[in-house]
Amino acid sequence: MNRGRDFFYKYRIEFAVLGVFFALITVFAIANPRVFLNYRAYMAVFTTLGASIVLVTANVFVVASGEMDLSFPSIIGLSAMVFGVIARAGANPWVGLLAALATGVACGFLNGILVTRVGLSSLVSTLGMNFLLRGLIMILSGGLAIPLTELLETPIWKIFAGTLGVFPVQLFWGLGFAFLGWLLFARHRFGGHVCYTGDNLTSAKEMGIRVDRVKTLTFMLMGFSAGFVGVLVTLLNSTFWPTTGDGYLLLILAAVFLGGTPTWGGIGTIWGAVIGAFILGFIETGIVAAGLTGFYTQFFYGVILILALISHRYVGLKKK
Amino acid sequence: MAANGAAGNEQHLMKVSGVCKQFGFVQALKNVSFEIGTNEIVGLIGDNGAGKSTLIKTLTGVHPADAGELYWKGRRLGNFSVHAARDMGIVTVFQDRALSEQHSIWRNIFMGKELTGWGGFMRVRRQKQETQRLMKEMMGFTSSFVTPDTPVGNMSGGERQGVAICRALYFEAGLIILDEPTGGLSLSETKKVLKFVASIKESGKSCIFLSHNMYHVYPVADRIVILDRGEIVNTFVKGQISIEQLEARLLEIAGTSDVDLKVPVGSKAVARG
Repeated sequence: MNRGRDFFYKYRIEFAVLGVFFALITVFAIANPRVFLNYRAYMAVFTTLGASIVLVTANVFVVASGEMDLSFPSIIGLSAMVFGVIARAGANPWVGLLAALATGVACGFLNGILVTRVGLSSLVSTLGMNFLLRGLIMILSGGLAIPLTELLETPIWKIFAGTLGVFPVQLFWGLGFAFLGWLLFARHRFGGHVCYTGDNLTSAKEMGIRVDRVKTLTFMLMGFSAGFVGVLVTLLNSTFWPTTGDGYLLLILAAVFLGGTPTWGGIGTIWGAVIGAFILGFIETGIVAAGLTGFYTQFFYGVILILALISHRYVGLKKK
Repeated sequence: MAANGAAGNEQHLMKVSGVCKQFGFVQALKNVSFEIGTNEIVGLIGDNGAGKSTLIKTLTGVHPADAGELYWKGRRLGNFSVHAARDMGIVTVFQDRALSEQHSIWRNIFMGKELTGWGGFMRVRRQKQETQRLMKEMMGFTSSFVTPDTPVGNMSGGERQGVAICRALYFEAGLIILDEPTGGLSLSETKKVLKFVASIKESGKSCIFLSHNMYHVYPVADRIVILDRGEIVNTFVKGQISIEQLEARLLEIAGTSDVDLKVPVGSKAVARG
């Protein structure tokens, strides 16, 4: 068969999602060419997109392994608090970064243990963890924010929240993370084991794959990325808010499913999820620029998500 | 693992001695002992529920045995696991075929035993080339519609069995365990599978062929072992018994289980006497 056609067929889901993205941008550009033919609109969206890309990348692993993680918003918050407290105390903020990452990984490990050793359903146990950790943040912080304006223009701020040319640097962190994630997912033995675990747990076990270890590592990866995002968001706002991470839950899951990773596990696409994050990132800006009120945002999230799921069926994404 | 297995009898590839396994109140295996010779095809016949699958899961390290010993080339196996079994070259083609249906043929061939280069990254092109070669040389797939990238879920039952058996042969298995390899297959597909079993013998390897169908086992097996309700009731070398005699013996065994079902629990001993 033709090489180009093979390539197109192999990545047909990603191309379908990309098509949705360009259709959306076209509609917005027609509705308001003044805003959408200017690069500033894109840069505004890109400022917060990096964090979303990091989160969807890790989430594809979790969903492909046949599990669900609803606790990452609170892991973001807890890691952000750890970073904020350490930086506020005047310690080296790089130590704060490491501590935040370690916090995220530890929370992910706990999720993994609850699912693989205790045998809880990940859907419910991570929901519980989400409440528990958010409650912990509220108790420890007393609901108070931590201002971190002293970090502005410091090296760590420039590296994680500055700009590179006209581009917000977080976009590159996000895309770099997604690239590494794709290598791990599609080219590394670990990604294969994640997919086999989600496809057929019994088969994977029979072929000698340590499924419990694979699942725990997947939750730890999710925790790591949430810890990283906690620092990214805190540096971007120069403040730790006790609600940090709260708004991400449904948006990230929607981006993953919109991007073509099915809910039943076994397969997934990192690039599809990244495009999904772009689509959802542009909807809000696009709707406001098109002259509609912000009240339409959620309505359009829903419309796009359902249309995308229907389109997936036409490119052959169905449970066998 | 430095010593070269000098101790013990060399003629047996694997020896199972007094293996027992209990699940709750069910005694799945009762004092099971048998041997698998080097380059021997052992046919293990038993009805559904005779304990065949439990026995296989014990031989491959999935379940540890409650009692009894396993020997591999005369060496006693302690601390046995799925990984230890695979490292020794015991490979099973399971009844459910242990395939990942949403994934390609090449991913399934190398599932859990990926060819990796630096840092655990897969050598994707190498794996696809090897799969292409296997498909041509062993599986007999010549259609251009089936490529190494074809998802296993799109293939027929016989083709899937072919993928699973080729995977076992590819990894230089010393002992291949086939768990109901002809289950649910059409006549022509069964024929193909029996050819595969014969090729295992030709390549100098050993095989345990589990089935409840004696007509599939008899033509290819060197030795036939009959398992009934967790116990080995007979072992025949093929020359010792004709297919008619084997059939009569199996019917006789099936008959005793009918008696057991009809007689109340308390009078079991009388019925057997």
